[in-house]
Amino acid sequence: MLTINNINVNYGSIRAIKDVSFQVHQGEIVTLIGANGAGKTTILHTISGLLRAQSGEIIFKDQTVSSTEPHQLLKMGMAHVPEGRRVFSQMSVLENLELGAYTRKNKKEIEENISKVFERFPRLKERKKQLAGTLSGGEQQMLAMGRALMSKPKLLLLDEPSMGLAPILVKEIFNIIQEINQTGTTILLVEQNAHMALSIAHRAYVLETGKIVMEGKAESLLGNEQVKKAYLG
Amino acid sequence: MTFLQQLINGLHVGSIYALIALGYTMVYGIIKLINFAHGDIMMLGAFTAFMTLTTFQLPIGVVLLITIIFCAIAGMLIERIAYKPLRNAPRISALITAIGVSFALENLFLILFGASSKPFPYHINLPPLSIGPLQITWITIITLLLSVGIMLMLDFFIKKTKIGKAMRAVSEDEDAAQLMGINTSTTISITFAIGSALGGVGGVLYSIAYPQIQPYMGVMPGLKAFIAAVLGGIGIMPGAMLGGFLMGIIESLTKGYISTLWSDAIVFGILILVLLIKPTGILGKNIREKV
Repeated sequence: MLTINNINVNYGSIRAIKDVSFQVHQGEIVTLIGANGAGKTTILHTISGLLRAQSGEIIFKDQTVSSTEPHQLLKMGMAHVPEGRRVFSQMSVLENLELGAYTRKNKKEIEENISKVFERFPRLKERKKQLAGTLSGGEQQMLAMGRALMSKPKLLLLDEPSMGLAPILVKEIFNIIQEINQTGTTILLVEQNAHMALSIAHRAYVLETGKIVMEGKAESLLGNEQVKKAYLG
Repeated sequence: MTFLQQLINGLHVGSIYALIALGYTMVYGIIKLINFAHGDIMMLGAFTAFMTLTTFQLPIGVVLLITIIFCAIAGMLIERIAYKPLRNAPRISALITAIGVSFALENLFLILFGASSKPFPYHINLPPLSIGPLQITWITIITLLLSVGIMLMLDFFIKKTKIGKAMRAVSEDEDAAQLMGINTSTTISITFAIGSALGGVGGVLYSIAYPQIQPYMGVMPGLKAFIAAVLGGIGIMPGAMLGGFLMGIIESLTKGYISTLWSDAIVFGILILVLLIKPTGILGKNIREKV
């Protein structure tokens, strides 16, 4: 579904990502774990086109998309839930969801999709007229995910969905991520909370200062001594 | 003259300021640029109307429509040529470019039409409406109805239509808007088109109220409309409307009761006061982000 070949990304004169390669196959949950500043968010931004790689290529659904605009990638079936949710705080919950379906035309299908999102996140339904900026952190995360689902993505990029949430909410969010995956959406998950991420992912890559230093099945990484020491505490 | 009469005069010119201020505030809202060429778009609108009125003698409705289309295209072109290449440059570069575009337009029209004022060839030959001691000219009535009508339509457009929502999304968070599949370049173009069209209408209405046109005519009203936008809270559309009407009323009242010479100074003084007390403008709010 997604193949990253030797990408290098610079931030000004600093090379933030060095020769990173990895794959995400159809139906998988793949997680990129690593400490703060390892380059996880930079990689996601490069995949969704908000940043450009200096070299290397990104292949999505058998097409090279290294220089494709973000709005075109969305049409191709890639949705990105950015770090810090980035909901439109001055707009209502409903308007946020409608914007998620911006590229879709069929009004009836959009309506159906909205009710599906409300089924998955009942709390959003209660607050649909409220401005998104007045929601709690957890509700904003649900809205950001619901909004991304409105485009019916084949591949969902999730950036730190657990950030700043209470442990019980983190569990809830991760259960939902698994459910989304079981309904056929492939997921690339970036997390600092390595334990949670590894417990739902199929495969994982460990990122350290812009390089991939380890990869493997999530279960085996969960038992790996080095990973335990560095990320699982 | 009575207080009410001054108030009506103030509303008349204020509604024109409001139309022009909306262009400033929409562009600022979406790309954080003070488009100093916006006052000259108003002049462009006035000259477009002048040309179509004198050479083709078209009815005023058609003239207005042509002006709207012409100014919208001009606005989009200016954005594409002058501002788009600077999208990722420091903001001061774009600001200086805007001043450059302003000079370029003024000088282009100096070459084309010369520096002398031309009488604007449109009059309404109906006697003013008398309500008791009040005299309301038809120009005032038409200006008010037209500008309020346009503002209501704009409000509906921004709140309810898909493109309007996209514009709000881009102005709040450009990256997140892109991730929704919104083409931000197109959205910015549309914003310039609408803002410039409003400026053009403002120019026509201004020329009917003060029927002398020349290449520098956009400078002062443009500056006042900019102040109106800041006064109401730049980037906030109801703020621009409120600011515009307030500017018009204050200006008219100072002219009527204090001094014609001092009216501009007093208007600018009020801006300084408001900014000292509330730097974000009357309707501006400090948006705090939730983490």
